Amino acid sequence: MNLLAKSLLLTAALGLAACTNPNRFGGNDVNLGGANGAGLGSASDPTSAAYFQQSVGDRVLFAVDQASLSPEAQAVLDSQTNWLNSNGAYTAIIEGHADEQGTREYNLALGARRAQAVQDYLISQGVSAARLKTISYGKERPIEVCSDESCYSRNRRAVTVLAAGLSG
Amino acid sequence: MLRALTVALALLAGAAPALAQNGPLRIEITEGVIEPLPFAVPKFVAENSGAGGLATEIARVVAADLAGTGLFREIPEQAFISQITSFGAPVQYADWKAINAQALISGAVTAGGGQLTVKFRLYDVFAGQELGSGLQFQGTEDGWRRIAHKVADAVYSRITGEGGYFDSRVVHVAETGGKADRKKRLGIMDYDGANVQYLTDSNALVLAPRFSPTGDRILYTSYETGFPRIYVMDVANVGKRELPIPPGDMAFAPRFGPDGRTVIFSLTQGGNTDLWRMDISGSGAQRLTNAPSIETAPSFSPDGSQIVFESDRSGTQQLYIMPANGGEPKRISFGQGRYGTPVWSPRGDLVAFTKQNNGRFHIGVMRTDGSEERLLTASFLDEGPTWAPNGRVLMFARETQGASGESSLYSVDISGRNLKRVPTGGGASDPAWSPLQP
Repeated sequence: MNLLAKSLLLTAALGLAACTNPNRFGGNDVNLGGANGAGLGSASDPTSAAYFQQSVGDRVLFAVDQASLSPEAQAVLDSQTNWLNSNGAYTAIIEGHADEQGTREYNLALGARRAQAVQDYLISQGVSAARLKTISYGKERPIEVCSDESCYSRNRRAVTVLAAGLSG
Repeated sequence: MLRALTVALALLAGAAPALAQNGPLRIEITEGVIEPLPFAVPKFVAENSGAGGLATEIARVVAADLAGTGLFREIPEQAFISQITSFGAPVQYADWKAINAQALISGAVTAGGGQLTVKFRLYDVFAGQELGSGLQFQGTEDGWRRIAHKVADAVYSRITGEGGYFDSRVVHVAETGGKADRKKRLGIMDYDGANVQYLTDSNALVLAPRFSPTGDRILYTSYETGFPRIYVMDVANVGKRELPIPPGDMAFAPRFGPDGRTVIFSLTQGGNTDLWRMDISGSGAQRLTNAPSIETAPSFSPDGSQIVFESDRSGTQQLYIMPANGGEPKRISFGQGRYGTPVWSPRGDLVAFTKQNNGRFHIGVMRTDGSEERLLTASFLDEGPTWAPNGRVLMFARETQGASGESSLYSVDISGRNLKRVPTGGGASDPAWSPLQP
C-alpha cells in the first residue's frame, strides 16, 4: 500500500499551505513541508517531523459519529505529548476529519469536535495551548476512497500536523 | 375530451393550487397520476432575416422546459399537419386536434443589433381559443435562453396556475479530481445546466453557496485563509469579501434572511458549533443557540419569523424549529434515522431535508410541524436539497459509491416523480436555486 507516501504528501501540502498562509499561526510559521515533503527531515532523526509522523504516530481514529478518545487513541496522544514537550520548536495544527457517511455541514462540525478532543487531551497532558490550533475538514479530505468500513474507519481521524517556528 | 385535459400530480394534502382559471386547459397539481399533457411548439416565426436561427432555438428551449417538468409531453414536428408561418394568422384548430395537441404555443422572433423581441400565444386547441393574451418579451440576443425560459414560465403558469421556475439559476460547487484529491470551485448556471460560469478558482476549498433573496449575491464558505470562513460575493462582478465574525475556530453554513441583510450561520468555538445571526455588515452578532451539541444547517422561513435547523442534542441529527431571534427549539423530525440539511420551502408549507437511515440516504419533505413525511429519493448518498422558486421541484446532489465515486446534480418534483440528472459538464455538489429572475 501507498499509505505512507500518501500521508507524507498530504502533510507536505498542508505544510505548504501553512507557509503561504499567514493567518494559520499568526505569521510566525516556517515552512516545514516544502516541495516533495523535503522539509519533514529524515525519519531517522527523532526530532524531525517525519519521525513524529512515522514513529510517534500523528493520528487517532474515531468511532462512527463520535469524538471520544479510545484508550488506543489516548496512548498515541500520550506519545505525541512526550514528543511535543521534547521538541518545543514545533507548533501543531490538529485536523479533524469525518467519513463520507454524513451530510457536509454536520461533518464539518463533527470534525471540529474531534480536533478539539485531541487538542483538549494534549493540553491536559501538558502541551502548551499556545502551540496548538484546530481545523476541521469534515468529509472533504478523505485519505481512503472505498465506500466501506475499512476506509471509513481510517477517514474518521484527527491528524496532528506539525509546523515550526512559533516565536517565543 | 375534457377528461384528458386535467393532468394531476401528487401533492401534499391541503396545499391547493393557488389560482383557479376558467379555461379548460389546466393541469391540476393535486393527488393522483396521469398522462402528461400533449403540446406542440412549432418553430417560432422569424419576422426578420436575423431571427431565423434563434426562432428555432427558442422554440426548442421552450419545449425542453415544458417537457422537462414531466407534466407535459411534446408532440414531435414530424406529426404536424400544418405549420405556423404567420404569427397573426388564425390557427387551424382542426389540424392540431387531429394530432391531439391539447396546447399549442406559437411564437415570433425579431432580432437585430444585439436586441431580441419574442412574442408568443398559447392556444387551448380543444376549446378552440387562446388561453390568456399574447405576450412580448424583449432582451439582448445573447440572453435568448432567458427569454425562452420566460415564455415557458408564462405557459407553465397559465396551465398549472403555479409560479414558473425556468428563468432561474443554480449556484453550486463544481468538482474535479478523484475522491482523495478533489478540487472545488463555485459554479453558476441556468437551472437547466446551460451557461455555466465559474466564480472562484480551485485553489481554496469552497462549500455550500446560497443565493440572496434577490439572487444578486452569494454567501458561501471558503478555506482561502486556511480556515473555514464566510464570504459574500457579488454575482455581477464576482467581487467578494470575508464577513467579520465573532472569534471562533470556524464559521460556516451561512444563509441569507428574507430581508437580504440578515445572515444566520454556524460558529464553532472550542470545538462546539452553535447558530448565530448578524447583519451582513458584521454588526449585531447574536448567539441563537447555546448548547454543547452541534447546531447547523439553518434555513429561514419565508416570512423571516422562524428558523429550521439541525441539531444532535437528542443524540442524533434531528430537525428543529425556533424563533428567528433564538428561543426554545421545537423538534419536528421523529421518524427512523437521522435528519439534516432542512430547507424551508419558498411557499412556506414544507421543509425538505436529507435523511440517513439503514445506510441509505434520502431526500424528503415534511410539513413544518413534522407531519406527512415523504421520502422522494433513495441512494448511496443523496444530500442537500434546494427548492425551485415555485416550491414544486427540488434539486440535490447524488454521489456514487466507491473509489471512483462522483457527485452529480439531480432534480425531482415534490411528488417524487420526474427524477432526473441535471447536466453540469463535470462533478457538482451543494446546489442552491436562485429566485425567479426579474
